[in-house]
Amino acid sequence: MGYPTQFRYSKEHEWIDLAGDRAKLGITEHAQSELGDVVFVELPAVGTEFKQGDTLGTVESVKAVSDIYAPVGGKVVEVNSDLEASPETINQDPHGTGWLIVLQLTDPGEADALLDAAAYEKFVNEE
Amino acid sequence: MRTIFDYEDRKTTGAIVPDPDLAGGGTEALMPSTLLRKVKPRIPNLSEPEVIRHYTGLSKLNYGVDDGFYPLGSCTMKYNPKLNEDLAQLPGFADLHPLVDADLAQGTLAVLADMSRLLRGISGMAEVTLQPAAGAHGEVTGMFLMKRYFETRGELGRTRILLPDSAHGTNPASAAAAGFSVTEIRSGEDGLVDLGVLREELDETVAGIMLTVPNTLGIFEEQILKITEMVHASGGLCYFDGANLNAFLGRARPGDMGADIFHFNLHKTLSTPHGGGGPGSGPVAVSDSLVPFLPIPRMEEAQGCYSLNWEYPQSIGCVHSFYGNFGVIIKAYAYLLTLGDAGLREVSENAVLNANYLQEKLKRTYKLPYDRLCKHEFVLSGDGMGKDVSTLDVAKRLIDFGFHPPTIYFPLIVHEALMIEPTESERKSTLDQFAAAMERIALEAKESPDLLREAPHNAATRRLDQTRAVRQPVFTYPFDQEQE
Amino acid sequence: MRYIANSDADRREMLSAIGRTSLDDLFSDIPQPVKDKFQSLGLSSASEMEVSAKLERLASLNNISQGISFLGGGVYDHYIPSAVKHVTAREEFYTAYTPYQPEISQGTLTAMFEFQTLLCELTGMEIANASMYDGATALAEAALMATRATKRKVIAVTHALFPHYRRVLDTYCWAAGIEIVEIPTGADGRAELSQFAPGIAGLIVQSPNAFGIVEELDGVKESIGDALLIVATNPISLGILTPPGSYGADIVTGEGQPLGIPASFGGPLLGLFATRNSYLRQMPGRVVGQTIDADGNLGYTMTAQTREQHIRRQKATSNICTNAQLCALTATVYLASLGGDGLRQLSILNLKNAHYLAERLSAIPGCSLAFRSPFYNEFVLRVPADPRKLWRGLKENGILVEDPRLLASLGIGDGLRIAVTEKRTREELDRLVDLVGGMR
Repeated sequence: MGYPTQFRYSKEHEWIDLAGDRAKLGITEHAQSELGDVVFVELPAVGTEFKQGDTLGTVESVKAVSDIYAPVGGKVVEVNSDLEASPETINQDPHGTGWLIVLQLTDPGEADALLDAAAYEKFVNEE
Repeated sequence: MRTIFDYEDRKTTGAIVPDPDLAGGGTEALMPSTLLRKVKPRIPNLSEPEVIRHYTGLSKLNYGVDDGFYPLGSCTMKYNPKLNEDLAQLPGFADLHPLVDADLAQGTLAVLADMSRLLRGISGMAEVTLQPAAGAHGEVTGMFLMKRYFETRGELGRTRILLPDSAHGTNPASAAAAGFSVTEIRSGEDGLVDLGVLREELDETVAGIMLTVPNTLGIFEEQILKITEMVHASGGLCYFDGANLNAFLGRARPGDMGADIFHFNLHKTLSTPHGGGGPGSGPVAVSDSLVPFLPIPRMEEAQGCYSLNWEYPQSIGCVHSFYGNFGVIIKAYAYLLTLGDAGLREVSENAVLNANYLQEKLKRTYKLPYDRLCKHEFVLSGDGMGKDVSTLDVAKRLIDFGFHPPTIYFPLIVHEALMIEPTESERKSTLDQFAAAMERIALEAKESPDLLREAPHNAATRRLDQTRAVRQPVFTYPFDQEQE
Repeated sequence: MRYIANSDADRREMLSAIGRTSLDDLFSDIPQPVKDKFQSLGLSSASEMEVSAKLERLASLNNISQGISFLGGGVYDHYIPSAVKHVTAREEFYTAYTPYQPEISQGTLTAMFEFQTLLCELTGMEIANASMYDGATALAEAALMATRATKRKVIAVTHALFPHYRRVLDTYCWAAGIEIVEIPTGADGRAELSQFAPGIAGLIVQSPNAFGIVEELDGVKESIGDALLIVATNPISLGILTPPGSYGADIVTGEGQPLGIPASFGGPLLGLFATRNSYLRQMPGRVVGQTIDADGNLGYTMTAQTREQHIRRQKATSNICTNAQLCALTATVYLASLGGDGLRQLSILNLKNAHYLAERLSAIPGCSLAFRSPFYNEFVLRVPADPRKLWRGLKENGILVEDPRLLASLGIGDGLRIAVTEKRTREELDRLVDLVGGMR
């Protein structure tokens, strides 16, 4: 599985797509495959602020619930409202249309601690 | 499956109760029309033969312990004695109203008093409450007791409950219901509580630990005395989840292991039927220091006369409408009277022997993460069975062989877990048949995995679509739609 | 003993297969100090015949066979149709486990789906769970759910709640740090709901209430802001009374014992719980849904399980696991046996019997109904003399009425609460009237 090289990844299986001081966020292909069919997503309200490591929300499948953690700190500026009606988008396109939120970052430098695509793929294979 | 709503409605003739004599006036004179319902509930009117055939037909789509082997781990699906069913239905017991005066309930109160005595003896602890209606209810009662205990001591900072990562989901849920936060402690390589991790976690914010003994891997905590000693030394209490009591009945007592609170599952260890999901009964035993906080009312006896006493100002109050599930307790009581001390020993001996025998047979074909003496149950892993074949597939294929599958995906610390508890009710020959089926399935997993992935083939339904059930929820009969 | 299948030969073979020499050896992992402290019960085993004789003797000590019951408080002496007992005695239903393997549990699951549907039809709500332990814990869970849904920690509760409901609610709310605010009962026996202050998590009202009075709840939902309206009710009364869903209840709870379940000294009972679809994620308890199998055929399965303890653990909506499934099945078969029309007639019979008795009793000089408001099958009679003396006198004459101290705990010290069901014959009702008339 090719993990998009422009993304950065957390060990909690989230990806972020950095663009200046904003980051789009989602869960990885590995995460969605472990979860199974996604049936519900609980996302934060626009305007909520999080620190790195805080729980942002949850992704629910038939048999499991996974917390989504903030890989970097920031304020929620956009939320993927399509997921309410079509949570399965996360399974179908976890790195694209299955994105969860967009954060305005407090400190873009926090992203440096995250893994690149190659490192993340290695991490997943070792798990 | 046809539901009663699929039948064509007909006016019921031949009343079950006398005619209300509607000719003499209905509800109009007795109740303002604003309080009366305008819309009839859509409950079909069926003849008795239709009702009986319908539910008889439904029953044949089920599988009970009376049908066959039911090796669900930590559920203790043992045989449900028929005598006990009859005794619970004796009119003297079944028709007794909870608010009747105590002097009219002496038979029932005697049963409750004697049952408490026997459970005190089995647990080796100071006092018992019979109020909780299920194991999880017993757990939350235990958590309430812990909370009140620390409240009266002014130790309000004790807000954490420790529990091993192998704990049953009801444990953290019960702790949370009592306002505690939960700290999971990682088990060691041997599947047991890691004393180092425990030592690190124990401080003055810990209210106590919740342990299942033996644990959900079926392994006895050989360091149990050290564990409870450590928790007590740090000022905490020890809660033991008694789901696995079948492992040491007649041999050991939780009170002697350091338990402060212990719950029983009468619908597991003490043979009362599961009923498809209850009713159960979850009595709780406590050590001396917790007795003042027990739920009210409490039983009293004076000159052979039983009564209920509500005067316990430090009690946590009530957790049940009345006194507990008497209709379940009476069955467990009859079971204990039947078994006696000798019978209790036979239960744990045969349960543990059956489990170790089955473990020995199955470890040749399945991964056994903890290869050692187990108690009444053991856990296998479905890892490495075959490409794209999961523990779920094994479970579904077992159905085709006429067995109820074991517990799957629990405990969480074993990947693709398969938790197997044969119980003492099974004979060696049944265990051999089960092992043969499991071996056959392991072979199929490699040679023809589709047989597993598409199983069950021979049940009332094929594999059901769980995703659709969640994504397109239908929780009540769709009256307004056309059904096929 | 007879519940153990292995023979001595079986045990010998198995021990040999696992390389152990004795059964004691199987317990070598239990610390010796623990084994040394063990004490037996001093209980010898007994034959079926002996156990049976002992328990039959104990059952006969419950001296109620001559008693005519006017006891209520959520648990009532209703007639149980024979068909119900035969169905629930089928081993496929009562010896089965929770239906985690739906393909071999369609019996239980179909019945659960029917139960959920029946409850929604009776209560006018959109979704019901598969049962809770009893009406009291169901009510406590409703209070907890209201606090989860609104994120507020105060609940308003009407005074005229069954004392056992209130006691359990008090315990659960104490543990969860929820404050209870009580709304008094007015002179008419109904809750003074105008005293409700919005801005809290929920309002709990029992109707018919602890005095048997049917509360006027039209318009209440609109007056409580975004707090949840929780109504605790009697399922048989819903055969004729307005379903709470139609006046905007958010949660309906109740005690389902009247639906074919024997009293059994107060347990097992049946907790009823129904709510709106929008509250599904907050709802406690198991729920069954319809789906299809791999061949496209209709089937039923437990669903929305991520709310529950085995997946959500400390974040679950409730810790409940085992509930009261066989009792829910009992209720299902009971309602199927009665049918909708039968339930309505049963409900009317209860209403009429209670009103006949109330009218005759209140005509006795010195006696009066405590409240003028509409009641269903339970009412409070004020009596001129010491109610405890009357209660004892009735008991001596084979009439079972509640100890008046129960009513006194609700603030009425000079009365008796009397419940009447379809089982009470005209002769029995007249007998009670004669006795009360003679004893005042």
